[in-house]
Amino acid sequence: MNKEIILRVNNVSKSFGGVKAVNCVNLEVSEGKIFGIIGPNGSGKTTLVNIITGFIKPDSGSILFEGENITGLPPYKIAGIGIVRTFQIPKPYYSLSAMKNLVVPLYSTRILNLVEGKTGDRDTVALDILEEIGFERDSNTPYKPASSFSEGYLKRLELARCIALKPKIIIMDELFSGLSVSEITSLIPIIEKLQMNGITIIMIEHRIKELFRLADRVMVLNFGERIAEDTPDEIIKNELVKRAYIGVAEDAT
Amino acid sequence: MTEITRRKERIDRKIKVLTEDIYAISSLRTIVYILLPRFVFIIGMLILPLMISSMAWQKILIISCIFSLLAISYDFLANFVGIVCLGGALFIGVGGYISGLLNSVLKLPLYFSIPIATIFGGIICTLFLIPCLPIRGIYFAIVSLMYPLLFSRVIQALEIFGGTDGLPGLDTFPNIWFELYIIVPITLIVTFSLRRLVNEDFGIVLRAIRDNEQAVIASNINVNRYKTSSVFIASIIGCFAGAYLAHLYGWVGLSLFALDFSIFPIAATVIGGGGTLVGPVIGSIILAPLSEMLRAFGPLRVVFYSLILAGLVIYKTEGLVPFLERKYHKTERWVDV
Repeated sequence: MNKEIILRVNNVSKSFGGVKAVNCVNLEVSEGKIFGIIGPNGSGKTTLVNIITGFIKPDSGSILFEGENITGLPPYKIAGIGIVRTFQIPKPYYSLSAMKNLVVPLYSTRILNLVEGKTGDRDTVALDILEEIGFERDSNTPYKPASSFSEGYLKRLELARCIALKPKIIIMDELFSGLSVSEITSLIPIIEKLQMNGITIIMIEHRIKELFRLADRVMVLNFGERIAEDTPDEIIKNELVKRAYIGVAEDAT
Repeated sequence: MTEITRRKERIDRKIKVLTEDIYAISSLRTIVYILLPRFVFIIGMLILPLMISSMAWQKILIISCIFSLLAISYDFLANFVGIVCLGGALFIGVGGYISGLLNSVLKLPLYFSIPIATIFGGIICTLFLIPCLPIRGIYFAIVSLMYPLLFSRVIQALEIFGGTDGLPGLDTFPNIWFELYIIVPITLIVTFSLRRLVNEDFGIVLRAIRDNEQAVIASNINVNRYKTSSVFIASIIGCFAGAYLAHLYGWVGLSLFALDFSIFPIAATVIGGGGTLVGPVIGSIILAPLSEMLRAFGPLRVVFYSLILAGLVIYKTEGLVPFLERKYHKTERWVDV
C-alpha cells in the first residue's frame, strides 16, 4: 500500500454476554480509498462501525486515526475529528425540513471551528450540499419536512448530514439497503465524487455487485472474525468467503 | 330530483406557505393576517385583568398564570427536547423554599429574593436532574416525580426550614395590580421567547435531539450539554413560578411539593395542544378557572372535571391551539350544488 494509512483498527474485540460479536479484528484503511466490509447477517459489521465511531466501547484493542489513539472517546468527539457515519435505518429529524436537518451538522463544533466562527450564509451552504446529493435546488423539496420523503431521499439526507460535517472518513452502514436499483444507480456517482474529493469511505454492504464495482479493498467478516481481506477480484475467488456466504457442502461424498 | 344537496367548500387563504417559517410576505394585509392571532393573544392577556372586577377571579387568573409557566416548561421539555419531566412540584418547591428562606432568614426584600431564588433554584433543580438525563421517557418522569416527595419528607423528618409548619410571614406584594402585572407580562415574555428560541439554531438542535438523539451525537454535538441547558431553562421558569407563589401567599410549606403542580401542566398541555407553547397557556387559563367554578358542585366537581377532560382528549386530541390554527388558515362554507 503506497498511500498513507488513515485508520487502523488493532485487535478489537467485543462480546455481548456470551456472544463474541467482534473477535480480534484488524484492519487498515488507506487514505482516499473505498474500503468495503461484507459479511452475512450477524457477522459483526455494524458492531465494528459502532466501535470505530465510539457508540460502543470495545472490550480490548485500539483504534488509531491518523496515528492517534481514539479508543474510548465519546462518539460526538469522534465525529468532531472527522469520522462520520450514516445509520443503517435512516432516521432524520422528521419534524424538520431538509434544510433544517442540515442546521444540526452545520452548527456543530467541528464546522464552527473550521469556518472560524464565520458561518456565512448557511442556507446557501445547505442548499449546495443538498444539490450535490441530488435534491433539486429550485424546487420546494429542500423545504419540505423530512417526514414526507421517500426512503431514497432519507438515505440521501443521511449522507448530506455526513457531508455537511466536512469529514475525512465517511462510514456508510448499509446505505443501499432498502433502495431500488435506479436509486442505487443514482447514488453511485455521488459516492465516486466524494472519493475524488479525497474523502476516505468505508462501506458496509449487502449489495455485493455494486460494492465490488466501487471498492478498492474488501474485508469479509463472519461470526465476528475477519476471514479475508483483498481486492474485490480476489475476494470473489476466495473459497472461505464462498463457504461463509453460500455454505458449500462439506464433502458431498 | 329537486332535492338540494349541499357540500362543504374549502376556501384557502391565498398565501403560499412553503414551510412552517418561510412566508412570502407581500402586503400589509398578509402581515396582518400572520400577526393577528399573536396580537389578539397578547392584547387579550394584557387587558384580561382589567375586565375582571372581582378580587377572587383576579387571584384565579394569577394562579392560572403560575400553572401556565409550569405547563410551558413541561411542553418545552416534552415536545421540543423529548424529555418527559414531571418536575413541576420540584421547581415550585425549590423556588418557593429558597425565596422563602432568603426572605425570612436573610431578610432580603422580595425584589431580590425572587430573582435569586429563580436562578439558584434553577441551578439546584438542574443539578438534581443531570444524573437522570441519560434515562429517557417514562423513567425520567418517575424520577422527577420522586424528588418533591423526597424533599418534603426530608423537611418533615429533620424539621428544617420550619418543618411541617412551613415559613409564615413572608413579604407580600403591595397590591393585586402589582401581582397581576408582574405575572401576566412574564408569562407572555416566557411564551414568546421560548417560541423564538425553538426556531433558532439552538432550538433546532433541541428538536433534532427529540427526533433522533443518535444522529445528533454522530453530528459532533455534545447532546448532554444541550439537554442540561434545556433542563436549566425549564427549571428557572418553574422556580420563578415557585418563588412568586411563595410571596403571593406570604407563606411556604410542604404543600408547595404537592403532586398537583406536576400533573396539572400535563392536563393543560393536552387541552391547549402540545408543541405549540401557546397551547399550555390557553389550556391553563381554561382549566384553572374551570376547576374553580366546579367547586360549587362539591364532591361532584371531580366527576365533571374528569368528564370534560376525557371529552376534550377524545374529541379534540390535537388540542385547542392546533385546531384553531387549522381553522384560521382554511375556512369552509356550505354551498349548494
